[in-house]
Amino acid sequence: MNRKDRILYFIWLHRTGLTIGALGLGLALFPCFQDNPYILGISNLIGIYLIITIGLNLFIGYAGQISLGHAGFVGLGAYGSAVLSTDMAWDPWLAMVLVALLVALAALLVGIPTLRLSGHYLAMATLGFNIVIYTVLIQWDRVTGGPSGFAGIPPLSLMGVPIDSEFRFHYVIWPLAILFLTLALNLVRSGLGLGLAALAQNETAATSLGIQVSRAKIQVFVLSAVLASIGGSLFAHCFNFVNPHSFSIFSSLELVTMVVIGGLGSVWGSLFGTALIVLMPEYLEFFETYKDIIHGLILVVVLTLFPQGLITGLRYMARLKIVQRRKRANH
Amino acid sequence: MQSFHDFMQFVFSGLTNGSVYALIALGFCVVHNTMGIVNFTQVDFVSFGGMLLYTSLFALGLPMPAAFVAAIGGAALAGMAVERIGIRPSRTDNHLVLIFLTIGLSIILRGIMKIVWGKNRMAVPPLSEDRPLHILGATVLPQILWILLLTLVAVAVLAWFFRCTSIGLCMRGVASNPAAATLVGLNVNRIKALSFAIAGGLGGLAGVLITPITTLSYDVGVLLGLKGFAAAILGGFGSFPGAILGGLALGLLESFSAAYFSSAYKDVTAFGVLLLVLFLKPNGFLGRRGH
Repeated sequence: MNRKDRILYFIWLHRTGLTIGALGLGLALFPCFQDNPYILGISNLIGIYLIITIGLNLFIGYAGQISLGHAGFVGLGAYGSAVLSTDMAWDPWLAMVLVALLVALAALLVGIPTLRLSGHYLAMATLGFNIVIYTVLIQWDRVTGGPSGFAGIPPLSLMGVPIDSEFRFHYVIWPLAILFLTLALNLVRSGLGLGLAALAQNETAATSLGIQVSRAKIQVFVLSAVLASIGGSLFAHCFNFVNPHSFSIFSSLELVTMVVIGGLGSVWGSLFGTALIVLMPEYLEFFETYKDIIHGLILVVVLTLFPQGLITGLRYMARLKIVQRRKRANH
Repeated sequence: MQSFHDFMQFVFSGLTNGSVYALIALGFCVVHNTMGIVNFTQVDFVSFGGMLLYTSLFALGLPMPAAFVAAIGGAALAGMAVERIGIRPSRTDNHLVLIFLTIGLSIILRGIMKIVWGKNRMAVPPLSEDRPLHILGATVLPQILWILLLTLVAVAVLAWFFRCTSIGLCMRGVASNPAAATLVGLNVNRIKALSFAIAGGLGGLAGVLITPITTLSYDVGVLLGLKGFAAAILGGFGSFPGAILGGLALGLLESFSAAYFSSAYKDVTAFGVLLLVLFLKPNGFLGRRGH
């Protein structure tokens, strides 16, 4: 192999690590070129949603399950952090970890009976869970502040420095997002990830191969709930204010849209889907009135043309074209 | 005696909501039986029915009976359009994809309604005069009697349709085995369109009946529809008697828990019970074993 081939092979072999490195470098330098707080704020929002959709994508895309109620976990994370760090004056980081653990426990308790269901039963159970959480957040106003929301949440702080500007928050959220992205990419290549892909195709076949189907489903459900909770906590500390309407079933549907557009089963696709949904209102001015229709249309069109999700489908088509071209060249 | 009056009040309120949930649940069941999918757009047929009633009465100036028929007919047509434009072009069998597809269509429908009719809540007049009656000590709006009566009529018509008409029998054939139905020469596509039309009509009827009481907005159908879905699951998804029983049971449960337990957490009770049923007996009360 000559020098050039060896370099190309190296790049191909390490493409995931190199991409993450490039992304990390780009994000680290980004605020040096772009210090408009509004734009940084949007990129921070993408970062927060990315953490949530990475988890949700593992559950919906890789394990082939349905959750129409993940905003419930996000809300638990957000309000949990809010209450602990404000009313009880806990350190925000400690609160985030504790809330994530509590949400993990809740997800375990909810998941064990729920994940025995499938299809529309599972969809309905997750919807019901979200509605229960949403109603409690609105009605239990003594603790949550009710429909007007919960204000005055303290910001995170690192080594005594409060993270209260979009610039500073950028350097907290994106390392976390990249960390979870890397972990997810690692997971899908691991035994658990391959097992999830198998059970998404056919649970009986997967069981016959020795994959512990219900345990794997519960594990990925709890993982996705924990990521959602962390995203919620970060949301609370970033905006210093939460209100229940951000955690309704409509928010759950928005999360699902991000996952489906990006690509069921493509971890990088989550980044694309999240960025697209968050950035769309910024670029399309008439968006506000037509937002629902556009979201719904994208969902319907993507699912009709690329049932596996946009990124996965495009990747598949690209691979197909390459193989066809190679075949034609060989003849 | 007062507590008996209160009790009857709660019974009527529960039966009212329960009938609406039953109609919506029937809509879910019809589509599920003929097409095997859960149609999330059902919730929007409910809002759409109310919207059409509003437009027919106020923009078109039709008298109430004509507006009533127009609203239900329009909702049925909307159902057919959803099947033809939204679902048929996608040729996938994957349940996950189909569920998300109907969710996307539902989002689109809600978006269209939001644009055409706006975000405000609107008032829709009831079917007949609004003078309350007193039955067994409960104060009952005439609309409630209409709801109970028309639900009974709708159920009777559906039962007759599926038992005695040839189209109804064809639909049951497709529901039982679509491949065999095609072999026998039934036009499966037309039957799928018809099942969506029936589901739309049922949803529209539910909307027309309940929105004079709950007020009308573009998303009024969502929570009602989800409870209708819950009722269908409660009674056994896919079973028509189950849908009706589930609807009435859910309505009564909701009414009594709001009255005697907590009205703020009414939704929590409804969905909490649903979660319990899903955990303990996923096929519902009258559902088929082994889904």
